[in-house]
Amino acid sequence: MADGRYAAGIAAGRLDSAQYAENFSDLHPPFDQHEALVEADRCYFCYDAPCMQACPTSIDIPLFIRQIATGNPLGSAKTIFDQNILGGMCARVCPTETLCEEACVREAAEGKPVQIGRLQRYATDTAMARGRQFYERAAPTGKRIAVVGAGPAGLACSHRLSMHGHEVTIFEAKPKAGGLNEYGIAAYKTPDGFAQAEVDYILSIGGITIENGKALGRDFALADLTANYDAVFLGAGLAGVNALRAQGEDAAGVENAVDFIATLRQADDLSKLPVGRNVIVIGGGMTAIDAAIQSKLLGAEQVTICYRRGREHMNASEYEQELAAANGVVIRHWLQPRRVIVENGKAVGLELEYTALRDGRLVGTGEAVTLEADQIFKAIGQSFDPVPLNGSGNAIEMEAGRIRVDAEGRTSLPKVWAGGDCVLGGDDLTVSAVAQGRDAAESIHRTLVG
Amino acid sequence: MADIRNNFVGIKSPNPFWLASAPPTDKEYNVVRAFKAGWGGVVWKTLGEEGPPIVNVNGPRYGAIWGADRRLLGLNNIELITDRELQTNLREIKQVKRDWPDRALVVSLMVPCEENAWKAILPLVEETGADGIELNFGCPHGMSERGMGSAVGQVPEYIEMVTRWCKQNTRMPVIVKLTPNITDIRYPARAAKHGGADAVSLINTVSSITSVDLDTFSPEPSIDGKGSHGGYCGPAVKPIALNMVAEIARDPETAGLPISGIGGVTTWRDAAEFMALGAGNVQVCTAAMTYGFKIVQEMIEGLKNWMDEKGHARLEDFIGRATPNVTDWQYLNLNYVTKAHIDQDLCIKCGRCHIACEDTSHQAITAMVDGARHFEVIEEECVGCNLCVNVCPVEGCITMQPLAAGALDKRTGKIVEPVYANWTTHPNNPAAKIAAE
Repeated sequence: MADGRYAAGIAAGRLDSAQYAENFSDLHPPFDQHEALVEADRCYFCYDAPCMQACPTSIDIPLFIRQIATGNPLGSAKTIFDQNILGGMCARVCPTETLCEEACVREAAEGKPVQIGRLQRYATDTAMARGRQFYERAAPTGKRIAVVGAGPAGLACSHRLSMHGHEVTIFEAKPKAGGLNEYGIAAYKTPDGFAQAEVDYILSIGGITIENGKALGRDFALADLTANYDAVFLGAGLAGVNALRAQGEDAAGVENAVDFIATLRQADDLSKLPVGRNVIVIGGGMTAIDAAIQSKLLGAEQVTICYRRGREHMNASEYEQELAAANGVVIRHWLQPRRVIVENGKAVGLELEYTALRDGRLVGTGEAVTLEADQIFKAIGQSFDPVPLNGSGNAIEMEAGRIRVDAEGRTSLPKVWAGGDCVLGGDDLTVSAVAQGRDAAESIHRTLVG
Repeated sequence: MADIRNNFVGIKSPNPFWLASAPPTDKEYNVVRAFKAGWGGVVWKTLGEEGPPIVNVNGPRYGAIWGADRRLLGLNNIELITDRELQTNLREIKQVKRDWPDRALVVSLMVPCEENAWKAILPLVEETGADGIELNFGCPHGMSERGMGSAVGQVPEYIEMVTRWCKQNTRMPVIVKLTPNITDIRYPARAAKHGGADAVSLINTVSSITSVDLDTFSPEPSIDGKGSHGGYCGPAVKPIALNMVAEIARDPETAGLPISGIGGVTTWRDAAEFMALGAGNVQVCTAAMTYGFKIVQEMIEGLKNWMDEKGHARLEDFIGRATPNVTDWQYLNLNYVTKAHIDQDLCIKCGRCHIACEDTSHQAITAMVDGARHFEVIEEECVGCNLCVNVCPVEGCITMQPLAAGALDKRTGKIVEPVYANWTTHPNNPAAKIAAE
């Protein structure tokens, strides 16, 4: 056992070095060929398949599975990439249990859906491992398009624009492309540098330039882009993090879950990454689950997710909740944070109030409980930060805190499209961002070339 | 408990499950293992005439096709008859029969189509104490190129001639094994009967190429880049075999001729089906070659359980029970009207029934009702073809339900007649037999 296993406070090196590698290895190891064939054979090749309808990118799932079954994984990959150029990442991170696999008729029949996500990974991994590119760029159109954000929406949009012969420049605030794929997804879902490998695979079509370290509102304004480019796509994601509104929130040890995950994803040596002995994560979504599980995997002794509503209200899927439980995370419901207990400027505990639904409204019951905590992660949602858009001339129309777009991704401003988490109407999923980026690219293409 | 002891043309065995003449019955070692496992009898792998032993290929002898999870569905072979010394085989046969007197031991034979060749080998086999002989007129590969095997089985006159030679030169029961590689199985069966055969056994393997290697363009199994048709067997050939057994069982000329059923028997249920169509027992090969000899335990117990459940005390109680129900198309009841019915509680909404019907049949199943995914039979269009039942992945979800006499067939607008009526009297049949006034 590592010496630092039970070190008080926030400390690194709680585990033996080998344990880190094991804990953060692939959550679902890839299928080998025989496993893929057996699983593919389970697909009924449904008519107007429910899985396909449940996929935000409308991948022809029965067809790609049949292509695997018939020994044509490259054809299968093309079927996937035709609809979703980030099909490799989506195969890893999609909550398939609430999308395609929930809709799978085998789920209805026997409670065991075809493992569509893992089959998709088998096909896309095969194509990427062979470096197989399926798309060629159309003749140059001479049109130049600026894309803000190199996340899933921006990458999908850029790839499709490049296919159509346009020149694309992506402005990305962070040092690396990939967005949440690189900075936000739990490490065990996308190990071995897959996010960057996928970015490279997408960019290899050509015609796409990424300028890293360029942030909207800091290094350039939207007006600069609309003035210098034929069209602009905003795929900036959600930069803001919702506040806890609890006393003592500023104490050391209280952090944003997204920052913790980003740091973890970028860490070269996980044994150097400090984590609390007693960790509390506030929230009920995927970010909360990812932060909690990874805290546990880093060696935290006790990790508790506190969510202010019931199990059925959690945004995290049942599968994700079970995964957390299987990793030793305790999920407590009907608790909202009231006060961070601080000693010497550091968090040492969290006082929470029990909640209840009364007449459809969430209210505190007045009863409280105090939990020990040396590290508290806030995972109560992210928000779009509209500030960088200011000063861009005409204000872009917003709705419910996000950019308003029409069905094609057009914003209220001419020449400006948007997609991904920064627009209203998405569901904060990688796969939805890909669909929006792709569809906006088609809309831009139609507008520019007609 | 059901009694499954078998008496086939006087050859007794504790159960009706014999191993067919094939690699599993080539040697004492294998046969003894089979008897220990519980097999009722064996047909020893085909012996040829005295002389230099048969030579087999030294590359792959088998090809296959597979279903889900590589489950073997069909097997093809290019192996020839035994490649061991005749005397070695005879010695072992004698020993095994002596050690296992309660089991059936039949010897398969294939010698040139000359009376002297048969006259020479028959006494040698008789001397072993074997229970009977089976004439291999079936192997479609290799030996047929030398005028034996299916080369004989494809010419009824030869079948009759050789069978007669054997009957004249041995006291042993003669079973004639038939090849399916002909156009009408009744002709070789009749020939065997005319020649005096005690029984026929069928089917031997079906001429086949299992697959083609798309890199080398060689058929499989590939011998140095080339292939030759082999004999196909296993679950995939069972429907072909069942039909041929039934054809012989119901042919007035051969009715009553004992049949040993062969072709894809894998479970007790397969065996029961062959026997219901008229086979007196069954022979098994591919299932044993796939799973080993132990499968006979399932066959024995499964058959007994089914017989007990159905009240069949002995094999004779159900042998041939399905034969009278096999008829010609022209005698099928055209007043039997069925409609598909989809059990909505069992339906998993895969839509395969819909697309099969919509694309390839009668447009008789909905896909959407009131904006919701819903699969339901449109009785006005349903011809009762059963395709939806066959493509539905859920057993029992779609069933064919007969319309009662007097009910309206919404497709034809006619009332279902209470009487049997077939094509022979149908008004659309130019050759209809007009009922006497």
